Amino acid sequence: MSTYDRSMALTGQPPKELSRNQKIATLIGLSGLAIILLAAFNVDFPNKALWLSISLAAITSGTIWFSWDMYSRKEPGIKNDGVWFKSISSKGFWGWIAGISLTSFYIILYFYPEYLGLVQKGDNTGVIGLFDPLSRALSGNPASQWFVYGTLYTVAILAFGIKFMWKYRHNRYERIRTMSVMFFQTAFAFIIPELMARLNGSSVLNGGSLPYYDLKNMWPLNYYNFEGYRIKGFLSSGDIGFALLIFGVLSIFVISPILTYKYGKRWYCSWVCGCGGLAETAGDSFRQLSDKTVKAWKIERWVVHSVVVFVTLMTTAVIYSYLGNDTSKYWLTKSTFLIGVGVLLTSVFALVMIFKRDQFQQDAKYGAAGYLVIILALIGFHFFSGEGQVFLFKSETLRKSYSFLIGSIFSGVIGTGFYPIFGNRVWCRFGCPMAAILGFQQRLFSKFRITTNGGQCISCGNCSTYCEMGIDVRAYAQKGENIVRSSCVGCGICSAVCPRGVLKLENGPLQGRIDSNQVLLGNDVDLMTLVNKK
Amino acid sequence: MENIVIIGNGIAGVSAARHIRKLSDKRIIIISGETDYFFSRTALMYVYMGHMKFDHIQPYENWFWEKNRIELVRGYVTKVNPEEKQLQIDGSRAITYDKLIIATGSKPNKFGWPGQDLHGVQGLYSKQDLDLLEVNAPNKEACRRAVIVGGGLIGIELAEMLRSRDIPVTFLVREDSFWNGVLPSGESKLINEHILDHHIDLRLGTNLKEIVADENGKVKSVIITETGEELACDMVGLTAGVTPNIDFLKNSGIELGRGVKVNRFLETNIKDIYAIGDCAEQHEAIGNRRPIEAVWYTGRMMGETVAQTICGNQIEYNPGHWFNSAKFLDIEYQTYGWVFSERGMKEYEEHFHWRHAKEKVCITIAFNKENNQFLGINTFGIRMRHEVFDRWLTQEKDVDYVMEHLIDANFDPEFYKNYETEIVSKYNTDFGKSIKMKKKSLKRIFAIG
Repeated sequence: MSTYDRSMALTGQPPKELSRNQKIATLIGLSGLAIILLAAFNVDFPNKALWLSISLAAITSGTIWFSWDMYSRKEPGIKNDGVWFKSISSKGFWGWIAGISLTSFYIILYFYPEYLGLVQKGDNTGVIGLFDPLSRALSGNPASQWFVYGTLYTVAILAFGIKFMWKYRHNRYERIRTMSVMFFQTAFAFIIPELMARLNGSSVLNGGSLPYYDLKNMWPLNYYNFEGYRIKGFLSSGDIGFALLIFGVLSIFVISPILTYKYGKRWYCSWVCGCGGLAETAGDSFRQLSDKTVKAWKIERWVVHSVVVFVTLMTTAVIYSYLGNDTSKYWLTKSTFLIGVGVLLTSVFALVMIFKRDQFQQDAKYGAAGYLVIILALIGFHFFSGEGQVFLFKSETLRKSYSFLIGSIFSGVIGTGFYPIFGNRVWCRFGCPMAAILGFQQRLFSKFRITTNGGQCISCGNCSTYCEMGIDVRAYAQKGENIVRSSCVGCGICSAVCPRGVLKLENGPLQGRIDSNQVLLGNDVDLMTLVNKK
Repeated sequence: MENIVIIGNGIAGVSAARHIRKLSDKRIIIISGETDYFFSRTALMYVYMGHMKFDHIQPYENWFWEKNRIELVRGYVTKVNPEEKQLQIDGSRAITYDKLIIATGSKPNKFGWPGQDLHGVQGLYSKQDLDLLEVNAPNKEACRRAVIVGGGLIGIELAEMLRSRDIPVTFLVREDSFWNGVLPSGESKLINEHILDHHIDLRLGTNLKEIVADENGKVKSVIITETGEELACDMVGLTAGVTPNIDFLKNSGIELGRGVKVNRFLETNIKDIYAIGDCAEQHEAIGNRRPIEAVWYTGRMMGETVAQTICGNQIEYNPGHWFNSAKFLDIEYQTYGWVFSERGMKEYEEHFHWRHAKEKVCITIAFNKENNQFLGINTFGIRMRHEVFDRWLTQEKDVDYVMEHLIDANFDPEFYKNYETEIVSKYNTDFGKSIKMKKKSLKRIFAIG
């Protein structure tokens, strides 16, 4: 048994002890949060713009100073000393406190924004009121709970992004990747949509009004993209609106398949995506908490693929419900749409079965089952649906339950709130339908793989431990097999923490990519042929 | 059903068990006194450093063994009786075998230093050693200074471990430069510097005279041979290499040298008894290898080989091209083929050495000066592709070819700075050549077409 100190002192023992600088930095960061907390209790700050700036500046500089003090005086290299001794990063007391606080924050954010000071008619108060000046400066409108969340989210990605870049300053892949997520979050998720809102009602948009659109966010991650009100918004906004709508369709059907083929799903999940961005920066301290058991992997596959089926049906139902029946009014009618969806899914399924059957093995059964459910449901839509109703439910009910269960509870409350308990990629792994679709493609139609370097693996387990997606990387590496897993987001940390240089993320030829031979170099050739006999 | 008993649940024993299971339905029993389940020995350091918990360094989940019908027995084998084909565990329980595989690994060397068995003095090899270290050096208050004796791979790992808890470390190295019996001098020098950068008190060319006890029989200080200096310390790590762990086999009739003597089929002098891994000693060294190879990879290969032999397909242990790797604090080291230190250099061997002006990155390439054949490479701070070097060694490429295609062998993560151009230009200067480096080719790397 280990006998290291288990005291609960916040400032800890070596190697987890906080230095004096780190204590001051923590104080500064917390004081920034305190301003927001005071605002939440309706302390009415006189000069909101000033106090908001002070608060955000304190949070950012506290985080940055803390990390500078932690990493700057050490040699570049892997900085995982004491990770499992610190209670915050090993599901200890402070881990649970952080988990519970974050979860409560999400519950308030999603379900009780009035507690944050959201006022429907009249001026905002509380926290949301505090953010009004910034929101007005960007979009011209008062803040909402989503603006507050978006701002804090961006600040977190930026501040912790800098921390992450210091932590991995010897690793250029990690640095560039982090700059990319910081850029996409700040520009695409935060500033551009706010500025776009300024165009609403202007002549550029023919007087129309665009829905809030984070351009890098594609269906099914933004499951609401093709809902009636958004389509109306797009179509009312002239050429720009129409172009954006087309872009939304192209993103999922053309752009993402091409990029995923060339680079694997990492181009999105760990380079562009906002959820991934937060997980990789603010969530980095919790990556080791993901469950690596085979059991967890089984659950993952069931849950995430069920979400894909759910979101496909829900979206189909929602679009179906606002389409008409009259071909003379608009070419796309209820029945042509259903047939279209059916044909698309059938061709994908057929292609996979024809070309990739052997790689699919027993997963084929589950794939076929999912496919069957969707097709039956589509037929059901057609025969049993009345106006505004799909099958036996109202399409609105289906949409609302998706948005509640998946959009709020799963992605927010569990996905982010439980970072310190289940790890930083719970949502991406178990819940994100986008990740599942890209992953399916990554497994079957992509040049990306993690190459195992011959026989150099020593089974130490650093790769598996620090895999945020819960992939047992070592299980492949120690057999000399490449890692080709649908869930891999290509964060590159397995390769970084490997003490023997065994793992490399790379895009290469399809031939020999899924290399299931136990090529343990070092043995003579005859023995290897024997060992590889199945 | 044939009853296979394996003593030792390290990488050698477990590899043998896994492959016997793959090939046959025989009954398999693994006996270990150290732990219930197989773990990665090389990863013990990360548990002390807090990178992983002990569970994480166990490569298989606990249900794996029962599912694959590999029976695990906990206990130390105290006696082997080949006439009866019987083992004794912990002096009492008896187990019979049809075939026996000895895979008991090593134990730390002790060279008879006065005080080497005091409290607070330990080696670092087993799980028990790790637990002991938590007692001897839990933090910098309980352990105000540690002294490490022996400058090899385990020594530098122990130093890194202790430094992760801010414990001051004095590192006594007998040689006048770190690990220079194995590493060429340029590389050895680079590691010396890196050790100092990590605030480790490195004492080169320094021997331990004795370890001094306090009134409770606990270590109080060490005395250095050369200067007579007395260094106060609370813990002494003995890391001057390892030796096969075979004391329990004395008088068993099994032929012993430093290790258990085996032939190329890994058979001992007694029928149906085999030895693999760290504890096995070849009658004659294979190629440039040592008769006893205490390396993770060779343990694994011997396990695979003996499994074939036991399952009726007798084959020789015939390791391919030598490779190895290690990590010195923050610097990764890889080697493919043979690069000897100045001490062990062959008369036909010549070296090309390149070191980066600022960063701690260097390589050494060994080649035959008579026919230019490429012999091997050591890299520090650059990862190399095993498959490519293995192919080049098999094809007996000459060193010019290797320099020309060096970029193909690079295994660093994407976007890393490449040093190949600089390396090749230094090679050209050193040897008056005018080699132009080829562009990286995926076709060549993956041997397609």
